[in-house]
Amino acid sequence: MPWLGKVNGVIAVSKLSKRRTNKALVVHIRMELCNCIEPPWPADELLMKYQYISDFFIALAYFSIPLELIYFVKKSAVFPYRWVLVQFGAFIVLCGATHLINLWTFTMHTRTVAVVMTTAKILTAVVSCATALMLVHIIPDLLSVKTRELFLKNKAAELDREMGLIRTQEETGRHVRMLTHEIRSTLDRHTILKTTLVELGRTLGLEECALWMPTRSGLELQLSYTLRHQNPVGFTVPIQLPVINQVFNTSRAVKISPNSPVARLRPVGKYMPGEVVAVRVPLLHLNNFQIHDWPELSTKRYALMVLMLPSDSARQWHVHELELVEVVADQVAVALSHAAILEESMRARDLLMEQNVALDLARREAETAVRARNDFLAVMNHEMRTPMHAIIALSSLLQETELMPEQRLMVETILKSSNLLATLINDVLDLSRLEDGSLQLEMGTFSLHSLFREALNLIKPIASVKRLYVTLSMSPDLPEYAVGDEKRLMQVLLNVVGNAVKFTKEGGISIAAFVAKSDSLRDPRAPEFFPIPSDNHFYLRIEVKDTGSGINPQDIPKLFMKFVQSQPLAAKNSGGSGLGLAICKRFVNLMEGHIWIESEGIGRGATAIFIVKLGIPGRLNESKLQFVHKVPGNQVKPNFSGLKVVVMDDNSVGRMVTKGLLVHLGCDVLAVASGEDCVRAVSQEHKVVFLDVSIPGVDSFEVAVRIHEKFSKRPDRPIIVALTGNTDRTTKENCLRVGMKGVILKPVSLDKMRNVLSDLLEHGYLSESQMTITGHEVVKMTCSEDEVVRMLLVHAQEYKLGL
Amino acid sequence: MEVDQLQRSFLEYTNSLFRFLDGQFGQLQLLQDESNPEFVFEVVSLFFEDSERILNDLTLALDQQNVDFKKIDAHVHQFKGSSSSIGAQRVRNACIAFRNFCEGQNVEACRRCLQQVKQEYLLVKTKLEALLRLEQQILAAGGVIPMLDS
Repeated sequence: MPWLGKVNGVIAVSKLSKRRTNKALVVHIRMELCNCIEPPWPADELLMKYQYISDFFIALAYFSIPLELIYFVKKSAVFPYRWVLVQFGAFIVLCGATHLINLWTFTMHTRTVAVVMTTAKILTAVVSCATALMLVHIIPDLLSVKTRELFLKNKAAELDREMGLIRTQEETGRHVRMLTHEIRSTLDRHTILKTTLVELGRTLGLEECALWMPTRSGLELQLSYTLRHQNPVGFTVPIQLPVINQVFNTSRAVKISPNSPVARLRPVGKYMPGEVVAVRVPLLHLNNFQIHDWPELSTKRYALMVLMLPSDSARQWHVHELELVEVVADQVAVALSHAAILEESMRARDLLMEQNVALDLARREAETAVRARNDFLAVMNHEMRTPMHAIIALSSLLQETELMPEQRLMVETILKSSNLLATLINDVLDLSRLEDGSLQLEMGTFSLHSLFREALNLIKPIASVKRLYVTLSMSPDLPEYAVGDEKRLMQVLLNVVGNAVKFTKEGGISIAAFVAKSDSLRDPRAPEFFPIPSDNHFYLRIEVKDTGSGINPQDIPKLFMKFVQSQPLAAKNSGGSGLGLAICKRFVNLMEGHIWIESEGIGRGATAIFIVKLGIPGRLNESKLQFVHKVPGNQVKPNFSGLKVVVMDDNSVGRMVTKGLLVHLGCDVLAVASGEDCVRAVSQEHKVVFLDVSIPGVDSFEVAVRIHEKFSKRPDRPIIVALTGNTDRTTKENCLRVGMKGVILKPVSLDKMRNVLSDLLEHGYLSESQMTITGHEVVKMTCSEDEVVRMLLVHAQEYKLGL
Repeated sequence: MEVDQLQRSFLEYTNSLFRFLDGQFGQLQLLQDESNPEFVFEVVSLFFEDSERILNDLTLALDQQNVDFKKIDAHVHQFKGSSSSIGAQRVRNACIAFRNFCEGQNVEACRRCLQQVKQEYLLVKTKLEALLRLEQQILAAGGVIPMLDS
């Protein structure tokens, strides 16, 4: 058999029939397998047989691998190297084919088979070489894919971890926000703390949460709030414990031992206590609260918050939980401070409201009182002066008639008393105006020399009647002129000198005037008097020394107080109203000076000293003076030249006098006697119209109204001023109501008229102090001459009556 | 007479008048200057004229059967005004008294008052005339009328 003779080659291909060969092979194999026929194979044929079988299986495998590859690659979505697969597949298939063809070469085979075999082998060789070459490129790629895959897996794992972390943080943040919201939604301190503990307990699943607050003394911590116990009994621990210091020294949450005194809140049992953490809560003390300093505070007070995990659990404090605790502690601190500030401000506001109400009440009461006083004064002013006037006038007249000695005595007493009363009334009214603060000094330039000389002239007669000497010494460095309120200075001087004369029975008075130097300015008795010398002012010091009855040093302070008489026994005879010195003091104070009396005792005489601040004319900056109206530095008439005015007065003498006054001041005066003439004559050239409103039978008010109508709506219409002999309020009100810009009392002095015109031209109306319905001029008592005359009258009468 | 002596007499006399004439008279004297050298004289003359007229009217009014107190009051008011303007304080005081009685409508008292007023007026007239005479003398002697406060 030809196929049996082949050594290598599993399959012997016979020329005859391929099919038959196959079948023969199968039969042969079957025969081999069933082992029923004895194999007459020789050993090398056995080898061939195995090779034949192996080749077959190899071919099988080689054909199935590509199939598997195709199948699985088709299954997978991603495979970048399809052409590689094709190549590989081809390689495998060819290898398989080769092995398969090999089967036929075991037996004798035709040349065709050999050719096919060779072709297959060549192809296989080519493809496999190509594949091998290609794999050199592919495998590194494939490997790197693997590396990338590994890398990506690591990255994914990392991201997962981070995600976990972020999630935890976000959760923590959410908890903190919620907690903060809860805490900050209330401004009540108690609620804040309670809420904190409750929320923390809930969020972190705590077993116990406690807050220790420092006591008032600052030496101990007291258990103030706990989660589980509603009202903790006041445990206290000293603040200087090491564990507490440890917690207070850092702003982080610190794990502390469950056995430390602050953590031992529950009765010790058989359980394993959970971990405990403590954190400090800064308490802002309001006194220390400085906006720029937050959160660095100078003296720090802390509360201690202690948090305990559930016992018998294996839970541990995580970092994010600690962070949560720290953040909450800070928030609580802020919330507490806000609550404290709010409390404080509410308290302050309540206090302010109370004070406001009280102040308002006080102000209204004061206003009422002032109004009542003013009303009283206004009424009493007129009401008191009128009868006073009548009494004095009639008594004077009476005095001049033929009287019996007793009658004369009576009349003189009446006169004296009424003069005193008039003085008193004046003084009271003056003083209340002074105290009101409504009195303003009338500044002007005057001659110091003439002031003293005039005073001397006025006092000499009386002094000589009492046989007292009067000396005046003026220091050579006294300036000739000074700027100040001449009238009031005269008043003070006269009052002081008058007192000296009054209380001296023998000897005399010496008046000394000099410029006060800074050392003599300070009186040790008056530490609050701080004279400040300057270039524009000087201090005039006047000392009036008498050899009279002296004053008890204890009584000296009372001298300047109102209504206090120093000698009760002589009170009836002393004649003073008790107000003179008080008024002097007020005037002196207004002149930024000081007045006091020195005496060595009863019978040793007394010295009255006063210092006043006067301006130096020419050097003075006039805008600084308390002017009621502007007065030029030297007593030159302000220029009213050509000022056209109208005067209406039916009294020819009065008319002539007023006209003369105005002409003297330089005005161009038209004087008329009746209202009709007045209305007709007033033209727009006239700047001021003086109307006498005390003419009976003529309604001067109507005249004013008609004049206004004549010049209605003109901005430069004449100013109407009333002249009257009446001092009552109704006259003044009526005048003002019809649009008159001022009311002046007749008769008007030259100075007064000058001031009035200045005021009118400057302001267009008369300021309050120029309007003379204060009644002062009715009894003409601010004119110092009259006052002196009155005072001298009093003194003369006293003397005559043997006082 | 010497100017100085005259001036001294003038001053003394003026000072002695303080009972009769108040500060208002002084004001009037202030108003006398170069542009108005006769001011005081003019005012005083006018005062005399006015007063005589008023006094006559008053006398007539009070002699009537039915005394018109309103009119009398008006006259007295006038007189008070002018005496005020010139500074004749005693006349003024008398006028005030007169007015009080007028209000009381007491004819007898008014008549008595009128007498009083007349008397005061005559007194002050004498004084003023003397003063004016002194002034004339000074001016005639070539001097200048001294001011009260010098």
